Amino acid sequence: MPFETLVAGCLAYVVLMFAVAFAADRAAARGRIRWLDHPLVYTLSLSVYCSAWTFYGAVGYATRSGLEFATIYLGPTIVFAGAWWGLRRLVRVARMHHVTSIADLISARFGKSNPLAALITLIAVIAATPYIALQLQSVRLSFEVFATETPNGAGLNGAAGGTALWVAAGLALFTILFGTRNLAADERHHGVVTAIALEAVVKLLAFLALGAFVVWGLADGPGDILARIDAASRDPAIAEGWILRADRWTALIVVSAAAILTLPRMFQVMVVEAADEERLHVAGWAFPAYLFAMSLFVLPIAVMGRELLPAEANPDLYMLTLPAASGQNLLAFLVFLGGFSAATSMVVVCAIALATMISNHWIVPGWLALRRRPASEETEDLRRFVLNARRLAILAVMAAGWVYHQASGGAAALAAMGLVAFTGMAQVLPAMLGGLLWRGANRRGAYAGFGSGFFLWLLLIFLPSVGIGQAPPLPATVDPLAFSIFISLSANTLAFVGFSIFGFPDPVERVQGLSFVSAVEPIRHSRMLRGEDRAEPLLAMTRRIWGGDAALEFFQQEASAQGKSGFLPDLTPKFLTRLERRLSGSVGAATAHAMIERVGGGVSLTVSDLLQVADEAQRAKEEAQRLESATTELARTATQLREANDKLTALSVQKDAFLGQISHELRTPMTSVRAFSEILKTPDLSDEERARFAGIIHDEAGRLTRLLDDLLDLSVLESGRAQLNVTAANLHDLIGRALTAASATRADRVFTVDRDMPAEHLGVITDTDRLLQVLINVISNARKYCDADRPVLKIRVRRPAAGGAQIDLIDNGSGIDGPRQSLIFEKFARLNDPARAGGAGLGLAICREIMAALGGNITYLPGQGGAAFRIDLPPRPPAIVSRGHQDAAQ
Amino acid sequence: MPDRPLFLERASFRRRRLGDAARVLPIAATLLILVPAWWIPRSASSAGGAVWLFGLWATLIVAIWALHRALLRAEAATLRAEEAVAEAVRVRAGTATGTPAAAAPAPAAADPEGDPGAV
Repeated sequence: MPFETLVAGCLAYVVLMFAVAFAADRAAARGRIRWLDHPLVYTLSLSVYCSAWTFYGAVGYATRSGLEFATIYLGPTIVFAGAWWGLRRLVRVARMHHVTSIADLISARFGKSNPLAALITLIAVIAATPYIALQLQSVRLSFEVFATETPNGAGLNGAAGGTALWVAAGLALFTILFGTRNLAADERHHGVVTAIALEAVVKLLAFLALGAFVVWGLADGPGDILARIDAASRDPAIAEGWILRADRWTALIVVSAAAILTLPRMFQVMVVEAADEERLHVAGWAFPAYLFAMSLFVLPIAVMGRELLPAEANPDLYMLTLPAASGQNLLAFLVFLGGFSAATSMVVVCAIALATMISNHWIVPGWLALRRRPASEETEDLRRFVLNARRLAILAVMAAGWVYHQASGGAAALAAMGLVAFTGMAQVLPAMLGGLLWRGANRRGAYAGFGSGFFLWLLLIFLPSVGIGQAPPLPATVDPLAFSIFISLSANTLAFVGFSIFGFPDPVERVQGLSFVSAVEPIRHSRMLRGEDRAEPLLAMTRRIWGGDAALEFFQQEASAQGKSGFLPDLTPKFLTRLERRLSGSVGAATAHAMIERVGGGVSLTVSDLLQVADEAQRAKEEAQRLESATTELARTATQLREANDKLTALSVQKDAFLGQISHELRTPMTSVRAFSEILKTPDLSDEERARFAGIIHDEAGRLTRLLDDLLDLSVLESGRAQLNVTAANLHDLIGRALTAASATRADRVFTVDRDMPAEHLGVITDTDRLLQVLINVISNARKYCDADRPVLKIRVRRPAAGGAQIDLIDNGSGIDGPRQSLIFEKFARLNDPARAGGAGLGLAICREIMAALGGNITYLPGQGGAAFRIDLPPRPPAIVSRGHQDAAQ
Repeated sequence: MPDRPLFLERASFRRRRLGDAARVLPIAATLLILVPAWWIPRSASSAGGAVWLFGLWATLIVAIWALHRALLRAEAATLRAEEAVAEAVRVRAGTATGTPAAAAPAPAAADPEGDPGAV
């Protein structure tokens, strides 16, 4: 393919990227971000992990070291296997705090400390600059592959040599155009992300196309490839390198797992550009799948390249030289575009991430510290300043990468830079994980951890990689890289944990620690000042960062949320916390904190404030509990009221029924008295007839009297006004008297009484007349209603342990069936009354009342082979029969 | 800290267990990837090792996919169950004659208050 065509195709591709980014930014500006927000776009943007180093370099790596290349992809796969509880939480916390970069995350967690963020920025810049140089180099090398292919390649070498500069300039332009458009509170770059997603597709397609060509075009399918891989692994020339080494394998997986979390560009696309943590549901499996696809054909390409290409060919460029040597120019061009995509997307995102860090943690704080006079601040447009700082930082990053590239010159020096960058940023991991999982982690620990880890990294990994100094001599069996990784990360972690244990964090740090570890909104501390006139300077300051409209809109929203009209909300702790977090989305947590403190004139948070906050939380909790118990109490009262109401209604019904019954009962004898009196008035009556009728009237009047007596008795007993005449008596005598008195009832029947004489001789202290009344009533009932042919009444008496007496009266009739047993003690509850011998149906009701008055009770005993009653008598009657006692007895 | 119930309904219980699985998965993956290289580095370095590694990798991707699907469904089921409970509470409170339980807040699925831009 002619070099000019290549350049033209490449330029067309670049134009396409610009157009896509532009279109996406426009769509986002119009609010059409649905497809821009799709989880697949997010997943594809994560592929910025696969830089040119992995795109071209993986094949070279595999040629030299076999399967070890896969470690770079396996670490992220493991991290994403834990996406559900790990990454989701990281994204959630970071979004909650409007974190703008990895440095910002750490600084926000450890008390909004800017020096800490500045230190991490330094690590990131040192680690990333050679890495960017590596990308530029890969583009240059890939251009050179084509340049040497062309007939007049030698003449074009000069042009290819300038490639890096052109690429760097173009990328800087792209990044500045789409990466520093605005300074919104939610820092997202739709244009950049969409372009990267498209580049990710190109990368993947190029890789898969080449892989398919190699496996099915150059070799005879997967089986053949496996045989060739097996043969290569036995080739003595490379076999030694291909054998996996446990220490390297482990260390590299750990480092790559750390890198996916801590590399500035990965943090940018994974956390900062994520709208929410939901998209990790798709990315959790889709990104490992992407990595899988990107590494599936690495080994086949490496093996085939080694077999087919001359021995002096650079394995890092097999990706390009293999299709070119096979005459597949179009495929080679596609691969070239894939590599170009990999390099450019990495550089763009890395530049954005680094520029954000540099401007937020180096330039802006430094500038604010330099110009402390408020008078000059009032008129300045901070927003433009911050954006310009970012543009400058992007240019600086690009320039540094290019200068490094030019200075290093050789290819070999840069090849290791990917791992150097990984191991450098991995030093951030202990503080990051510790900060997210451990409330005890504090700033001093973080400093100590970074300090030691960073120092060891510089000494053992970075400086030797750029040719300064020497790695310490190690035994041959110890791999220097694995050793360095192990030593630096261990020292880092130990220092971090150790200093955290012995340090005491300041209040801001403790608030943030709680918020980060528990993934809850930061506690709104009451650190602010009074006076409304402070709102205006805050608005002015916010306007300087966001621009007029956005600031006014935010302030108005906040004011209306507080129920105020206008643009100036009250400076409640809640509002200030929110404002600070939104501002930190633009300039970083530390700067936002400092600015609000300064403009608002706030007092810094103290430990006693914290305790007060904890106190308030505790009080709120107690209040909630109190309310809850009050609610339960209310519910209980309501239930009781409902029950009482039901009871009252039932009682009312009962009373009506009672009145109806009593009228009926009084009316029946009255009717016969009236009727027979009428008859008596007739003159022609014989004496005996007259005597008979008068007798009937007498009887009926007697019945009426008895009924009225009973009612009176009942009412006295029920009201608890019964007078008790307490004496001592022998129960045997009482039963005897009751039997004698009751024998008048249905005297015609032969009634056998079965008594246990010796047991009956019990002394009782009670109102003997009343007890006698009860006994007579029960015995008469038995005589009246026992329907057996040979009626037997069994009377058993015993003394319970508690004293008193227990009298069972059991006949051998058919008894009372279950449902009606509860009715017999009710008034007028005559069941089936064939005999109806003058009873008004009040007998058992009176018995119950009497027994209650005597402090005992009378119950029906089921299952005794007949009607059976048990009379329980206490040792002595209660001194005063109160109303309440009577109720309880009922 | 909200008081956590001692026992859970079926939906919540299942969601917790799936959450446990999500915690175990990365550990299991790490062990399966690391141990062969420690143990039998020579056999793990050849074609057989590649087949095993990529097979494991593919299985892992499918496992993550299935797990996330199950977790999302379980979460939806729990949410539905919670809504049903809230609905039942509301209905009961509405029909009961002046039961103060009506004043008790329905269990909210999420913190209702919060910065709209923060989540």
